[in-house]
Amino acid sequence: MRWVNRRISRGNGLLLGAIPILLLVVVYLLVAADRNAINPNDKIFPLPGAMVQAMWGLVFEPDQLSGRLLFWADTLASLQRLGIGIGISALSALLVGLMLGILPPVRATFGMLVTGIAVIPPIALLPILFITFGLGETAKVALIVIGIAPFMTRDIAAHIGGLPREQIVKAQTLGASTWQLMLRVALPLAMPRLIQGMRLSLGPAWVFLISAEAIASDIGLGYRIFLVRRYLAMDVILPYVAWIALLAATIDFILATSSRRLFPWAHGENR
Amino acid sequence: MNIALSLHDVWVEYGDLVVLERIKLDIEEGSFVSIIGPSGAGKSSLLRVLLGQEAPTRGSILLDDIPLKPECEPDRGVVFQRYSVFSHLSVLDNTLFGLECAQAPLMARLFGARRRVAVAEAEEMLVAVGLGDQLHLYPSQMSGGMQQRLAIAQALIKRPRILLLDEPFGALDPGIRSDMHALITRLWSEYSLTIIMVTHDIREAFSLGTRVLALDKTRQDPHAPHRYGASVVYDIPVTKKGALTKDVSVDAGDKTSVEVVSSITVDTTNNN
Repeated sequence: MRWVNRRISRGNGLLLGAIPILLLVVVYLLVAADRNAINPNDKIFPLPGAMVQAMWGLVFEPDQLSGRLLFWADTLASLQRLGIGIGISALSALLVGLMLGILPPVRATFGMLVTGIAVIPPIALLPILFITFGLGETAKVALIVIGIAPFMTRDIAAHIGGLPREQIVKAQTLGASTWQLMLRVALPLAMPRLIQGMRLSLGPAWVFLISAEAIASDIGLGYRIFLVRRYLAMDVILPYVAWIALLAATIDFILATSSRRLFPWAHGENR
Repeated sequence: MNIALSLHDVWVEYGDLVVLERIKLDIEEGSFVSIIGPSGAGKSSLLRVLLGQEAPTRGSILLDDIPLKPECEPDRGVVFQRYSVFSHLSVLDNTLFGLECAQAPLMARLFGARRRVAVAEAEEMLVAVGLGDQLHLYPSQMSGGMQQRLAIAQALIKRPRILLLDEPFGALDPGIRSDMHALITRLWSEYSLTIIMVTHDIREAFSLGTRVLALDKTRQDPHAPHRYGASVVYDIPVTKKGALTKDVSVDAGDKTSVEVVSSITVDTTNNN
């Protein structure tokens, strides 16, 4: 049978998916055990025991200075920044994208501006953000927003602008005004696309979050990673990276599921 | 009969390209006009102009003696070949949409008693097109024929002065298509509609229409083919067998149409 025609059942799919991950873990453990046998103080490839030990303090024991459980405080701070950033981006992308997509005068007026903003590398704007907003939370959230909102906006605008002309005409022959057309036709049709845009923007959003935290912060997952880097503390960095991956995957899963639940018509589900 | 729609010397041009020229037409109330013609003969342009999607370059169009605005209005309903229904609305919501737009300018949604009245009206219309049992399906769950039934119900609930059909049955199976022919014929007589239908299918044009218009170019300049547009080359009234009663069955219409076709020459080969 040709490989392009091979269908994998759900159980086998899970099994096959687990193989490369397990393989990576095994290779890591072999290398780590090997290096530890030569140098028990090796910091580059810590064994799982060392990781648990290092993380234990961060997860369960309050920090001596601040009295906080650092791991959870880091997570909360980062998720909060990420959530506010993505939330503001999604909302503004929806508003601006809708208007750009469906109102030709708005597109003519602001289309070039949005494209112009979108091509600026966001990190290049970070100094400006720090200068204007200071080193607090605002600058970090602003970096995420500037980083992903233009992309999401253009995506929504292109999607709405590319709706079949027939749909727009049909709505008008049913008596819809511009406002009604936006509210009842363009907005609902944009929603699944917005969620898809959020899923795609999640990766860049994490990049901007970690960058902002690395440069100026006193708490956050990115801050912690870059802080312990000075001590070559791979036993903290590796679990943190794994945790970030898990968080990102969970958020992506929640977004995908909610899109299927809320907008079944957009996913071609026959029920 | 009253004249519902009249076109006075309408031209449609895009820059140098002349698509339609010297279109003079009076369309009577209650007639079923089929428009045929080879590809590129401006059938769709004519429909767009009638719909108000674009303005004619020259000439004027009067609907009940009032000039048309170059914008789509609810007095002209439309069914396209595709994308006529909203994929994000259920069958019932698709049909309600027209009523909600008229009655709720701000929210475009109805609630409570007004909604119940609107729902009853929509259900009645859906029963008329044969979708009474599929109120809560989404378009993606329905066949092409059912989607077109929905598109018709959606348009008719606004009681349009004129119903424009743009190759509405072009994408359907032959069996489904003849069901749809029977349906549109029945609705046409029940609701006293005035219908203008663009089609590729000459048989369909004659079997459904009370009048068939053929568009084509009357003049050709081989060095500048774009300089001459199409106009109405044949304007054929179709008298149905058993005449006068509107609800003539589709089969009877078919037989008459064959006779009519044989008496004239229409370019059938270039037709797709």
